[in-house]
Amino acid sequence: MTKVTVAKEDAATSDELVVLKSVNKHFGALHVLQDIDLTIARGEVVVVIGPSGSGKSTLCRTINRLETIDSGTIAIDGKPLPHEGRELARLRADVGMVFQSFNLFAHKTVLDNVMLGQVKVRKADKKQAEEKARALLDRVGVGAQADKYPAQLSGGQQQRVAIARALAMGPKVMLFDEPTSALDPEMINEVLEVMQQLAREGMTMIVVTHEMGFARSAANRVVFMADGRIVEQSSPDQFFSNPRSDRAKDFLSKILHH
Amino acid sequence: MFDFLDKYDVLGAFWTTVQLTLLSAVGSLIWGTLLAAMRVGPVPLMRGFGTAYVNIVRNIPLTVIILFAALGLKDTLGISLGSDVVDTSNFRLSVLGLTVYTSAFVCEAIRAGINTVPVGQAEAARAIGLSFTQVLGLVVLPQAFRAAVGPLTNVLIALTKNTTVAAAIGVAEAALLMKEMVENEAQLLLISAIIAFGFCCLTLPTGLILGWVGKKVAVKR
Repeated sequence: MTKVTVAKEDAATSDELVVLKSVNKHFGALHVLQDIDLTIARGEVVVVIGPSGSGKSTLCRTINRLETIDSGTIAIDGKPLPHEGRELARLRADVGMVFQSFNLFAHKTVLDNVMLGQVKVRKADKKQAEEKARALLDRVGVGAQADKYPAQLSGGQQQRVAIARALAMGPKVMLFDEPTSALDPEMINEVLEVMQQLAREGMTMIVVTHEMGFARSAANRVVFMADGRIVEQSSPDQFFSNPRSDRAKDFLSKILHH
Repeated sequence: MFDFLDKYDVLGAFWTTVQLTLLSAVGSLIWGTLLAAMRVGPVPLMRGFGTAYVNIVRNIPLTVIILFAALGLKDTLGISLGSDVVDTSNFRLSVLGLTVYTSAFVCEAIRAGINTVPVGQAEAARAIGLSFTQVLGLVVLPQAFRAAVGPLTNVLIALTKNTTVAAAIGVAEAALLMKEMVENEAQLLLISAIIAFGFCCLTLPTGLILGWVGKKVAVKR
């Protein structure tokens, strides 16, 4: 038993960071994830696209177990997702997540938002945590807003703070669940630029988005989902210029021609 | 006109009312918060307990609870809360009864406050690796309390007036004094007015100050 797990871990640490195997999930009668197999390599940027209700957000949320699954396995860095409890909390700290609605802690300043996890989960020294937080806020371009409250910031600024908050934990992989869908058009780019910079720096990223431009320029791989299944996956060039499945052709024809 | 008051310790009686109020308020704030935590927690057994507690306790008249504390706990089961002096023991039993009763309302006020905190914030807190207690203590409850100041003020004012039920088991607070004065004196209207005025002196400032506090600490969204 032990030998087997050791062997597995050795194999996994090589390249595969996130591995989903025959994952199924239902919301009542709706079979929202159907036999999902997906492997994401270290340093890879995977963009998940698809029509509304195709299960892409749910897929993203299962990876740090904000949604539970009915069957199948999910492993991160060779370790299967633990059940609720301390183990799971530890794992979540290694998986950064950025939400559509930012979800900054409204009663804390921007700086405290970025420090909280470092101090309470990583048990970092307050001074070091503050230094790191300020550096990250500078990096995403909102250093000047550090002492304000989230409600005083624009949507784009809030989302960049949320990215800094996730980065502060030093995550192995970052999940983005439609990070620009709640933003005014003129603020989308400032968030996408931060994400592109992250991708260039080699962060492993899983991005659920409707931003085809981002998929083209930053993704290593595009995963197309429809009706709870992964219908097609390929390089962005191939996917956008020459999609194989009818479902993808149909989807692209609806979004790319106007 | 106010001469008869010299025979009575009006301030002393109201001081007992204040003590009953403050001790029960602290007790029910702590126990009510724990109940609210149980009701939103992940453990089904605790959720069930919290729900059952609130629904049973808030539907029993306070008089019944206070009388049970004196007749049931003390006289039948012999639980006198560490004092053989009847007055002290009855005072403590009243605080216990008021706490048991008021905490059901505190729980619901705090739970309403918890519902004002967007679910996404709790998810984000879990996503950075905070445990359930940390999510509750660091992110959800601090915002829930701020939103609950208004409802909690109502509960505190109701509690202040509910302390008069302690008169039923002979605790020497304002209502018991009123009963005594009414039996011995002729100025019934004046006596009622004095006691009513005394309660207003306690509850009006409570409402005003906490109303101001509630606005001051409100979370901007």
